[in-house]
Amino acid sequence: MTYKVTEEGNVSTVFLNGEIDMDVTEKAKEVILPIVESGKEVHLNLKDVSYMDSSGISVLIESHQKALEKNTKVVVKEVSKSVLKVIMMAKLEQILNLE
Amino acid sequence: MNLSEAKDFPVSTASLKEVRVFSRETFEKINLSQDLKDELVLAIAEAAQNIVKHGYKGVQKTTDRMEIKISLNDTQLEIGFYDKGKPVVPGNVQHRKLDDIKPGGLGTFFIKQIMDGAVFKKDQEGWVNHLVLTKKI
Repeated sequence: MTYKVTEEGNVSTVFLNGEIDMDVTEKAKEVILPIVESGKEVHLNLKDVSYMDSSGISVLIESHQKALEKNTKVVVKEVSKSVLKVIMMAKLEQILNLE
Repeated sequence: MNLSEAKDFPVSTASLKEVRVFSRETFEKINLSQDLKDELVLAIAEAAQNIVKHGYKGVQKTTDRMEIKISLNDTQLEIGFYDKGKPVVPGNVQHRKLDDIKPGGLGTFFIKQIMDGAVFKKDQEGWVNHLVLTKKI
């Protein structure tokens, strides 16, 4: 997994790339959670994420819940078809902010 | 069509990518829709992850290996997982309730959603656990 972060005002966009499994979830959390903790709105762009398993889904849930605690939000954007299928299998499409 | 492919992997999170590569390469030999292939790869990866995460919980580093065997007998797909981790108590293998939104606990749910059957067998020799996932395709 690789990533890129861009900033625009109070919004940080994290572009994740590759496959997100248990081997890289700590790295993903290290990138995403401190930004959420800072109170910024985070956009997670998943257009280049080709695979995500339950560990990756856990990162999305943890980020979403941390954002609620901090009165901000995490928006999950441009979800690839394969990742959307996993999100829907977990019945999270109504819970996560998908755009 | 009949097919049988097996491969062993170090018990490590770093092996999960290799597990997916092995699974994808095997399913390329079978006439399946891409959606079904993706689902089967996810189920296999989740089961392998469970071995690493739960079977070797608290173990920092191990030289143990786990084996995955994918077999197709006509339309019956069987995927075996062999490991030497902590003995699994099948009754304890449960996923969280979906409406209890929290990180974790979804891997087993995905496996049950995708596969027809998931059974721990006691027929293994030289291994501690033998999980068998089945699906009619």
